[in-house]
Amino acid sequence: MISRRTLLASAALPLVACAPREAPLRFWGMGREGEVVAELLGGFQRENPGIAVQVEQLPWTAAHEKLLTAFAGDATPDIAQLGNTWVAEMAALQALSPLDEQVATSHVVQETDYFSGIWKTNVVDGQLLGLPWYVDTRLLFYRRDLLAKAGYDHPPRGWAEWKDQLRALKRIGVPNPLILPNNEFEPLLALALQQDEPLLKDANTRGNFEGAGFQRALGFYLDLLKEGLAPVQSNQQIANVHQEFGRGTFAFYITGPWNIGEFKRRLPAELQGAWATAPLPGPTGPGASTAGGCSFAIFKRSHRKAEAFKLMEYLSRPEVQGQFYALTGDLPPRKSSWAWPALTSDPHARAFAKQLENVRPTPPVAEWERIANEMQTFAARAAAEGSSAAETAKALDEDVDRILAKRRWLHERGRA
Amino acid sequence: MIRREKLTQMAFVLPALIVIGLFFAVPVLLGLLLSLTDFDLYALVSLKNLRFVGLANYIDLVQQPIFWKALGNTAYFVVLGVPLSIGLSLGAAVLLQSPLAHLKPLMRTALFAPVVTTLVAVAVIWRYLFHTRYGLVNEALQSIGLNPIDWLGDPHWSMPTIILFAAWKNFGGNMIIFMAALQAVPTDLYEAARLDGAKTWAQFRHITLPALAPTTLMVGILTTAGYFQLFAEPYVMTQGGPLQSTVSVLYLMYEQGFRWWNLGAASAVAFLLFGLIVLVTRGLMKVANRGAA
Amino acid sequence: MKTLKLKPVLVNAALAGAALLAIFPLLWMLSVSFMHNGEASNYPPPLLPSAPSLDRYRELLKSGGFGRAFLVSLSLATISTLVSTLLNALAGYGFAKLRFRGRDTLFALLLGALVIPGQVGMLPLFLMLKQMGLVNTWAGVLVPSMASIFGIFLVRQYAMGLPGELIEAARIDGAGEWRIFQAIVLPLLTPVLVTLGVLSFLGSWNDFMWPLIVLTDGNLYTLPVALAALSREHVQDVELMMAGAVITVLPVLALFLALQRYYMQGLLMGGVKQ
Repeated sequence: MISRRTLLASAALPLVACAPREAPLRFWGMGREGEVVAELLGGFQRENPGIAVQVEQLPWTAAHEKLLTAFAGDATPDIAQLGNTWVAEMAALQALSPLDEQVATSHVVQETDYFSGIWKTNVVDGQLLGLPWYVDTRLLFYRRDLLAKAGYDHPPRGWAEWKDQLRALKRIGVPNPLILPNNEFEPLLALALQQDEPLLKDANTRGNFEGAGFQRALGFYLDLLKEGLAPVQSNQQIANVHQEFGRGTFAFYITGPWNIGEFKRRLPAELQGAWATAPLPGPTGPGASTAGGCSFAIFKRSHRKAEAFKLMEYLSRPEVQGQFYALTGDLPPRKSSWAWPALTSDPHARAFAKQLENVRPTPPVAEWERIANEMQTFAARAAAEGSSAAETAKALDEDVDRILAKRRWLHERGRA
Repeated sequence: MIRREKLTQMAFVLPALIVIGLFFAVPVLLGLLLSLTDFDLYALVSLKNLRFVGLANYIDLVQQPIFWKALGNTAYFVVLGVPLSIGLSLGAAVLLQSPLAHLKPLMRTALFAPVVTTLVAVAVIWRYLFHTRYGLVNEALQSIGLNPIDWLGDPHWSMPTIILFAAWKNFGGNMIIFMAALQAVPTDLYEAARLDGAKTWAQFRHITLPALAPTTLMVGILTTAGYFQLFAEPYVMTQGGPLQSTVSVLYLMYEQGFRWWNLGAASAVAFLLFGLIVLVTRGLMKVANRGAA
Repeated sequence: MKTLKLKPVLVNAALAGAALLAIFPLLWMLSVSFMHNGEASNYPPPLLPSAPSLDRYRELLKSGGFGRAFLVSLSLATISTLVSTLLNALAGYGFAKLRFRGRDTLFALLLGALVIPGQVGMLPLFLMLKQMGLVNTWAGVLVPSMASIFGIFLVRQYAMGLPGELIEAARIDGAGEWRIFQAIVLPLLTPVLVTLGVLSFLGSWNDFMWPLIVLTDGNLYTLPVALAALSREHVQDVELMMAGAVITVLPVLALFLALQRYYMQGLLMGGVKQ
């Protein structure tokens, strides 16, 4: 993941108004959102002087590891920001506290106001285990001026046109028309989710990467790299993504809403009209993308569940979500928030609104994070070694079947 | 009377033994036990999800391509790194012992300093010095007309960079040991050789090296055993990448154990590594004995 | 006419060159830590700061939690050193001079265990500490380092060389074992204890993997763990990283410079493990 240059936020920020003697409410935030949350808490503290909140800010590269370590060591926080794919994982570990009762009596959180697809990713076995904080998906950020120079006045409407556009960009001298960092799995995942075939089969106990769908996606992905339309590099080798985008080293980038804010901030004024966002192209038309985003979740072992929910409520208030959007560019999960002038007037956000209507979830298994990483590892190696999509998919399925072995065993006994 | 005496005497060693027993011996034995089960996150939820699987973890491990890659990476590191490190240590020791050298204490301190530094800190420093665009190393290469190298991003250069780093960090330790051993070589041997007309290099080959043989063997075995435990460098500098070219066996254990919490599999990796280290060091000793005989 | 001898020039040049290569990264670390944000990521990369400032240090100490991490490292290293030196001294002396049943077999067993890499027991130890409620606590970090086989070995080697007659005489005079240890043995053991103390302090200060695993809360971090966390998060902020590295490395370098004789002695004694 690209790390974002920001002010150095506190590693731990005990906000004590009245110096309560009990332990503070522990909140784990990740990445930029973790840094920003500390700023949003001023209002919460004013309304709740008796609750001290300690924000722990984790980098994304270590967050998953730290969560599992905390779970294994009985050291989980009270409340944490969880990627919505992680909600299913934590649920499988029975680590989260159900929120149904608290939501039912809440004045702030109204289920009907949330995008139902996003809400559903937080419901596991009939229980609500996470409260959506912001939604996220991946789509195209592109240099529309360079694309115009290459002869196109619109973003690609399908894979074929996309390839043509990339070739045209190469001809006019753009060194790497598209960047596909080989250590980010989201682009390949999005392409895979666009297919009709699921990624796992047999009640999610076996890999289905040898299916026609994934092979098609992987084949397209590898072709782009083989043809030189995207460089075979990690995101660390690309150094400063924002700078390079500004310099025109690449013209297309598949990334998320936080980069709206980042590009606005880091690109010079004269380039602000030169870039735009667009929904992902699919095999034959507009394509689906990942149903990402983060939720709040309360851990079962917490002794402060009521206060934790109060914090969640506060951060879910429309006004506070507005502040949050202004600070991060992360998109709100509440339908009413999308009527804000800030969002309706922002042309870059419009593509996200469109894409969010066409997002698909990933298989809700505890092993998903590992499987997604394996998928990308295999794809990156295939790109570097020039192997075919078919052999890669076969090896990947063998690996994934092994990862899911325990789940298979539990499933046979009705426990998963 | 006698029993109380004996008890008091045992009491001296007891506190340390309790600590070592409880926090080292017991975990190691537990680890062996764990390696025979499929302990994972599900088992942390409920012990009903735990199965005894015998040697399945080990068999499974040797069937995975990533294990052999990790083994290969580690072997590469050992085979290239140990001679490099020992060579540097020996060279530095010889230089420091030379009667022609000036400012010995200062030089010795400077040469030894890397050993003392915190690995995490110097790994971060090296990462920047070897940065593809802004690193001083590439700057130096370019100033003499060579092309810059993607030290940590190119899968072919990542392990050599780590080998270089480990050599730099560790050579001081063995240097001191060699210095002590060199001091133990009787000077009249050199005198006699000089009178016989032997040049410096001949003296080195026929007096110094043989005299150092036992020390070299010991240093070699200790360094090899230590190098097999490569972990912190890939963890800080490359996270096992690029393209898993710096995944060592211990890094694999860390991933299995602390990233995915497959404790059964991770313990199997650890014990496999342990067995490997014992085999290799025994082998080294046998070869050395045969050579000496 | 004095002829210029080549050999001394070569030897000293080689030595100086090697020494420079050895400490250059550390000097560079120091230089960059005084640079402004982004100064080091210029092309061509600079060697010295254009306008040295302490801003990076201020940032780290004020809002980066490095001041706290420094104190944590200092306290943990001190406690670990004191406790482990004591326990190792007691045991080392016991194995050297006291006679009890099974003493030699026990010691041989301990020596054999030196071959086992420490990481083998880390995961089960983590689970054990979880049961004891010590995960994410400083006690959990300290507990495995309170005694070490290598430390016991060092003390034993040294203690074996102590004059047995002195101790025997005291026993005959009716002194108890503790009294003998305190009044006679400890003073004699001082040199090896200083060596052991220096080794322990450095080992504890530089320890990375175990505190990384045991501590999940950022405000409990030791310096190496805090630095590693910072480096994952702020990959592009070189100057900040270097300031963090200086804070982490300078104390141990200073300790080393002050007590290097003892440190190298310890290495030698450990190295000549015949």
